[in-house]
Amino acid sequence: MSGFMTDLLNYAFLQKAMFTSMMVGIICGVIGCFIVLRGMSLMGDAISHAVLPGVAISYMIGVNYFYGAVVAGVLTSVGIGFVSEKSRIKNDSAIGIIFSAFFALGIILMAKAASSVDLTSILFGNVLAVRSADMWTTLAIGTIVLLTVIVFYKELLVTTFDPTLAATFGLPNRLFHYAVMVLLTLVTVASLRTVGIILVVAMLITPASTAYLLTDRLPAMIGLSALFGALSAVTGLYVSFNYNLSSGAVIVLAATAMFLLALFFSPKQGLLWRSMRTSSNRKAVRNGN
Amino acid sequence: MAFALEVKNLHVSYDGKEVLRGISLSAPPGRLTGIIGPNGAGKSTFMKAVLGLLNADCGTIRFNGKTLREMRKRMAYVPQRSSVDWDFPINVRDTVLLGSYPALGLIRRPGKTEKEEADKCLVKVGMEDFADRQIGQLSGGQQQRVFLARALLQHAEFLFLDEPFVGVDASSEDVIIGLLKELRDAGKSIFVVHHDLSKGTAYFDDLLLLNGRVVACGPAVEVLRPGPLGQAYGAFGGPVAGEGVNQ
Repeated sequence: MSGFMTDLLNYAFLQKAMFTSMMVGIICGVIGCFIVLRGMSLMGDAISHAVLPGVAISYMIGVNYFYGAVVAGVLTSVGIGFVSEKSRIKNDSAIGIIFSAFFALGIILMAKAASSVDLTSILFGNVLAVRSADMWTTLAIGTIVLLTVIVFYKELLVTTFDPTLAATFGLPNRLFHYAVMVLLTLVTVASLRTVGIILVVAMLITPASTAYLLTDRLPAMIGLSALFGALSAVTGLYVSFNYNLSSGAVIVLAATAMFLLALFFSPKQGLLWRSMRTSSNRKAVRNGN
Repeated sequence: MAFALEVKNLHVSYDGKEVLRGISLSAPPGRLTGIIGPNGAGKSTFMKAVLGLLNADCGTIRFNGKTLREMRKRMAYVPQRSSVDWDFPINVRDTVLLGSYPALGLIRRPGKTEKEEADKCLVKVGMEDFADRQIGQLSGGQQQRVFLARALLQHAEFLFLDEPFVGVDASSEDVIIGLLKELRDAGKSIFVVHHDLSKGTAYFDDLLLLNGRVVACGPAVEVLRPGPLGQAYGAFGGPVAGEGVNQ
């Protein structure tokens, strides 16, 4: 551990990696809460995969991959909405059709894009290769995402909890749906370097689900989720640096470990206490008879 | 005198099937009105169309002579219990506080004043001891009382409740109907989708009997007669006034 701390103080690349991955952990945790509560986990997976062609085209025309990714993400969510609303295709099938098409297109375009771009690092992330530009992009995106959530917290809460009530308040549910999609795309872009496209969905839904098992209040859920996200990011960075393992994969496994702990030992929802309660109830009933 | 609710030639369809066929009615203000009719009569659809929650094919709707857009902040709606995510991480007090949002507008947060008012509304429905409970841990009747507290916090002039007595214990039902009558006496116009004919005259001043169209509309005692009921429910085997028709 002390070796890691010395390295952290000495190496700028490690500091960048640490700062970026913590920021990613926090914003994934925050947006993840809304994704989980809106029942859009599959949508999160879809959008993150679907940004690939946007990233490829950005490389081809030489602009920041941020722009291409946002366009691809928005097109995907509009496309999914269009197919599921205008045809008899169910929502989950529409998601599967559209995002795999975008992802496939992305793979082909990436092959055609400049050879300097490494598909593997986009798919799986490589936090130790984070450059200053990536760090600033992540910081900018993080600021936008957190400010949006703070400013529109009330509206996000009511459109997530009870869209019908939101509609009677005159709130545009559809607009908020697409706003959440845009935020989701931004968060995916911010996570490209750290966990990569394939695993970012885990950073969105695992810390949020862990927090969901531990609290009954949304503000606490968001705070815990951000904490778990940041904690998994730091743990993942430490382990992957010391043992030379894929950073994205380790980060995700760290988040999963926390989830499993909560699943079994959460004071209210924990499976262990639940089964103990059930068996003691059964005993009481049996003895009563 | 302007009517509280005036509907003209309202048509609504789902997937090409017409559910409401030319609804027209004029409801005077300060009345407690029950909306009754057989299953599939379009009771909830009517309520949702009036509140702009689904698109009507055609028709005009006016509240005190004004459009929904002008009057939106004076409406409160209590949806069917089945439409709510009861596992959502929110407690009773925060659920009631949602009722302060329309008045706050964008960006402004509920403050101390709103929180105190929310607690007062909880006292009115007798749920002050449950303020910190997660909403899924309440009984059906308690959940409905919390929703009514939220509607109270909205200070609405119009209240719309969709099947508020389904899965609700008798004491909660008494609390709710008592409060609705108080609100009516304070001049509010209240509309309740309801399926139990037995309470028709005890609970409501007026009744709107629907079956895809308006079968009858007026004072409860005049609507709950064999003639209109036979038309709505079918002449044979249909329930007569005084008998419940639970689904």
